[in-house]
Amino acid sequence: MSAEAISTVEKAKPASEPLFSKKNRKLINNPLDADNPITVQVLGVCSALAVTVKLIPTLYMCISVTLVVALSNLLISLMRKVIPSRIRIIVQLLVVASLVAVVDQMLQAYAYDVSKQLSVFVGLIITNCIVMGRLEAFALANKPWPSVLDGIGNGLGYSMILIIVAFFRELLGSGSLFGYKVLGENYLGNGVLMSPVGACIALGLLIWAQRARNGYTEEA
Amino acid sequence: MKFLRNTLDKLKPNFEKGGKLSFLHSVFDGMETFMFVPNHTTKTGSHIRDGIDLKRTMFMVVLALIPATLFGMWNEGYQYHLAMGQTASLFDNFLFGFLQSLPIIVVSYGVGLGLEFMFCQMKGHPINEGFLVSGLLIPLCLPPDIPLWMVAIATAFAVIVGKEIFGGTGMNVLNPALTARVFLYIAYPGEMSGDLVWVTGLKEGVGIVDGYSGATTLGLLAVGKEMTISSWDAFMGWIPGSMGETSALMCLIGGIFLIITGIGSWQIMLSTVLGALGMGMILNAVGGNVYYDFPAVNHLLIGGFAFGAIFMATDPVSAAQTARGKWIYGALIGILTVLIRVFNPAYPEGIMFAILLMNVFAPLVDYYVVKSNINRRLSRVKA
Repeated sequence: MSAEAISTVEKAKPASEPLFSKKNRKLINNPLDADNPITVQVLGVCSALAVTVKLIPTLYMCISVTLVVALSNLLISLMRKVIPSRIRIIVQLLVVASLVAVVDQMLQAYAYDVSKQLSVFVGLIITNCIVMGRLEAFALANKPWPSVLDGIGNGLGYSMILIIVAFFRELLGSGSLFGYKVLGENYLGNGVLMSPVGACIALGLLIWAQRARNGYTEEA
Repeated sequence: MKFLRNTLDKLKPNFEKGGKLSFLHSVFDGMETFMFVPNHTTKTGSHIRDGIDLKRTMFMVVLALIPATLFGMWNEGYQYHLAMGQTASLFDNFLFGFLQSLPIIVVSYGVGLGLEFMFCQMKGHPINEGFLVSGLLIPLCLPPDIPLWMVAIATAFAVIVGKEIFGGTGMNVLNPALTARVFLYIAYPGEMSGDLVWVTGLKEGVGIVDGYSGATTLGLLAVGKEMTISSWDAFMGWIPGSMGETSALMCLIGGIFLIITGIGSWQIMLSTVLGALGMGMILNAVGGNVYYDFPAVNHLLIGGFAFGAIFMATDPVSAAQTARGKWIYGALIGILTVLIRVFNPAYPEGIMFAILLMNVFAPLVDYYVVKSNINRRLSRVKA
């Protein structure tokens, strides 16, 4: 779709749309369940497996990713009419990389321990498929406000799955929650759940549960 | 017999459609066909039904496992009394092992069958006998001291993640019994490896004879030590180890039974042995350190090699299906087993990883065997 076509479509829309119209609310709700970036689109799985051993680093990771997706969506959406489509990927990368650098520096300054635990995975948000995917699929063709909502929605969808996985991994893997030994001092840690293999299995079971609930059927 | 038939007939209406307990139809059906030969007849077309159905196949494998099981029970008692510095009669040894392993077997069957029944009921499938062999294989490849709750979660993991997710009996990619074992091995390494787990009572450490070591040969090899037992002992199996896999002789008896009845593939067993032997000899020829120099023949006798090659690798569901594929599959299991033992002694039990790895690759092996066959025949057409 060319830029002109997009702008004509936009002009046809009513000028004043409420900030949280039904359509805009959908931008947040959809990625939480029916269009979840991890369990349905299976994007960003790498970090979902790597950072979910403990809840606290997971929470920081979730906040970082949500911030980066929302802000990069906003910036790209603002620039969408001036970016030549032939170099749009490199522009997107530049925007995302700058944002990730900011987030990374913030973490190192104010949450050094967590930053150490997350190691390279903060830097790898740059290549997170969810970020790039939302820029390509949404921000390039939509106004800034819906783009921000879409970014927040996808960030929350990602966060929700990560927190569920991290909850079970920390609880059953090391018997603790947020670092507190809730299952007693003598709980024998489960090595499978401590390793990324366990995250992969937990994620699979989560997808199973979601599909069972939503009545998913395999396309023939 | 008559009494059983009458009772079943009387109960039957309850489980039919519309009966009070109709939601348990699969369970009842399974129980009935377990006790009596089902009288299902083919309704259309001319199909030939072989007498050897899933139930009989499974039962044959269980029969083949009996020598290893009985010997394992005796050996458990023998090892325990040896560690305690006592001498006990044959019967006392056996009784000790029997009482020690019975709860493990009961838990394995209870959890596994319970879950299988539940899944069949939920999916509305008839109940099948797919778990009969796995239920016995799981206890046989675990250490005798294993806590029962671990057996329970490992069995649950094997049945749900290893089997039901893929569609139940006959659809699993991995061997369920080894899935249970590898789960425990990774999840609770402290209970599944080391010198203390292979003989009952060593972990408590009460009344152990001075200087007694429960180390297995693979455990010693892992720290770079020579084998301390004779090859004959390893072959006969009166050494510490998992319940059913210490005795190569008893596995061999089971293996011969499987080959005679045509249930186990002799190609897989033979190629696994040849693969391990060949790889072991190559490494022996290179030589240099204690791992390389470990005699090739002894690789076949120690650890779970015989048990794995005979009972696990030949699992008809997860093994390769084509004739040539079976040779490749078996040989690679043997080669990988020795390679893992020699190059990665931190994971002493190579056969488990080798079989699971080849389970994953078996469809690929089959694919290329079929493809090469097609190419060969195509080229004949062109010529």
